[in-house]
Amino acid sequence: MNRLRRPVEFVKDRLGWEAMIKPIDHYAPPETTEGKSQWAYIFGFGILFSFLLQVATGIVLATNYVPSPDSAYQSIQYITDEVRFGNTIRAMHWIGASAMVILVLIHACRVFLTASYKYPREFNWISGVVLLYLTFGMALTGQLLRWDQHGVWTVVVAANFAGRVPFVGEHIAEFIMAGETVSGETLTQFYALHVFILPIAIVLLIGLHLFLVTYHGISELPRAGKPVDPETYKQEYQEYVEKHKRPYWPKGIWNELFFGGLVVIVIVSLAFLIGPRELAPPPDLTDLSAQPQPDWFIIWYYALISVKPHGYEEFFLVYLPIGFFLFLLILPLIANRGERHPSKRPFAIIGLSVVVGLFIMLTVVGLRAPWVPDYETEPLQAAELGTEEPRLLEGAMVFHERGCQYCHQIHGEGGEWGPDLTDVSSRMGSEQIAVRIVQGIGNMPAYQDILTTEEVDLLVEFLNEVDELEPD
Amino acid sequence: MTGKPSMLYRLTGGRLGRAPTPPESSPGCPGGCGCAGQQGSNSQPVTSRRNFLAMVGVGTAGLAATLAGIPIIGALFSTPARSERVWHVVGSIDDFEVEDTVKVEFIDDDPVPWAGPAARNAAYLRRLGEEEFTAFSIYCTHVGCPVAWRAGASLFICPCHGGVFDREGDVVAGPPETPLLRLDTRVRDGQVEVLAAPVPVTGRRNA
Repeated sequence: MNRLRRPVEFVKDRLGWEAMIKPIDHYAPPETTEGKSQWAYIFGFGILFSFLLQVATGIVLATNYVPSPDSAYQSIQYITDEVRFGNTIRAMHWIGASAMVILVLIHACRVFLTASYKYPREFNWISGVVLLYLTFGMALTGQLLRWDQHGVWTVVVAANFAGRVPFVGEHIAEFIMAGETVSGETLTQFYALHVFILPIAIVLLIGLHLFLVTYHGISELPRAGKPVDPETYKQEYQEYVEKHKRPYWPKGIWNELFFGGLVVIVIVSLAFLIGPRELAPPPDLTDLSAQPQPDWFIIWYYALISVKPHGYEEFFLVYLPIGFFLFLLILPLIANRGERHPSKRPFAIIGLSVVVGLFIMLTVVGLRAPWVPDYETEPLQAAELGTEEPRLLEGAMVFHERGCQYCHQIHGEGGEWGPDLTDVSSRMGSEQIAVRIVQGIGNMPAYQDILTTEEVDLLVEFLNEVDELEPD
Repeated sequence: MTGKPSMLYRLTGGRLGRAPTPPESSPGCPGGCGCAGQQGSNSQPVTSRRNFLAMVGVGTAGLAATLAGIPIIGALFSTPARSERVWHVVGSIDDFEVEDTVKVEFIDDDPVPWAGPAARNAAYLRRLGEEEFTAFSIYCTHVGCPVAWRAGASLFICPCHGGVFDREGDVVAGPPETPLLRLDTRVRDGQVEVLAAPVPVTGRRNA
């Protein structure tokens, strides 16, 4: 029979192939499918591919992970050490998460730069913003599922942030911890969020996002002096793509597939090369020397809330994040018409540059984290100071033992929060130094009740002389 | 032959049930001229019936969603009830030196058997006098990281953002704006007890 002689046709017909590819079988603006400018339109596919990879590696992890507080850590060790390719799968999931965060941010910046969120693509942007925050939510909950020393503290910190939200904060915090404290129920709560609730929301929104992209068509490159006018935009867009007749499927999609594939190849290669994130020590909420480390994409915010001016706590911890989120969400509703070209939107571009600049600067500052006291610092010894003078050595001991050295450096040894005190004698007299120690100033605590008079004297003498001493 | 309307039809005022069938031919309406009017009046109950059935469908689905949703949402947002805070013995009174601040540990009340490390809690305890103790929550009031007691410096220092508290729990440096939360303590039969408190998230702290 005819249909058996042409099995391809048979399958196509019965599957409704024509209808299936119809959403992408249309004309696209030529600059999005060819030439240099087509490379501005690849990031969405990179995100999609890395998300699919996350789903696949996530399934593998979930088949071996035990979401119970007393076994989760061991099960990750098991995945790392025993499961075939387990180490690589963990690495792929971790690096894939980072890749997704990076790509989502780049994608958002690109769409903002070309103002593609304007009419009629308002909901493309809004669904994308929600996806951006869901991606961050996944990253945060995933960090916790590692259930190591950093992971458990992530819960407490996350609950604390949530607790500051006006009116409902406490309820969100209790939902996050599944109770008033970190307890036996906490981990399963995060597990359900990471494995079911957030991914389902992401899949649904990706569906909506992709539907909208095909429904409204890919946005053309902005041209200066050609503002978006909702009255005429749709018709002009239609005429524009009809005129050039560049089909999106299958030739217009090649570079997106290429980039998506490249992203996956890079993730897998890096996974083989650098392996998964090292597990911190097992979780112990009674180990108070723990130093919770957030993953890299949170570090900028950690830095921001460390270096923020004193006061304004609610502003930086509550209203700034909520305000920024709401701003992104309603952006296309308050600015859905007008110029799209960056050269005609100076304030938008300045704003974006400031945000990107701050993100990079704060990440760099956060990686150095100078505000973290240096507990590991070693006391300065006679050999390093080049002196045998007992009172000076005693001063050096006090300087170390009483915690001055956690925050102050001398001859390159010590923390970085306070000023380097090697040459303090050139800036302040003995009396001033003593007053500063006893009374404190700004972030320098007052040591009045902590140090004895003798200790203050020793410190002042030591600080007065230390610049003259030559370390070997 | 004229069919009678069904009882359901009459009871529902024409929304449901069998409508009266019109006479097959009416002497006063030859041809089909009058039938248009008849059909018009006839289609009314059919449309209402359709509307009603649509409402039944939507209503049933809505009811199903509500019925299923109550236990699902209810269970999803249930948090274990902790009606009473429990006193935890953290040591004998002689274990603590006057003027010393030390870390004490205790196990959470009524943990699920698999809670493991999640059930373990700590607090800072400072002995002030013979039977006088102060206990501090370990959570920094900035974003909740664990503050570390550094005996040499007599300070609580937070590793996350550099918050520093003195031995009374008051902020002396860094971003925190409120003192460390204090926990209730008491001495019973020579044993020091601490009243466990929830993680001090801000909403509760201000309350």
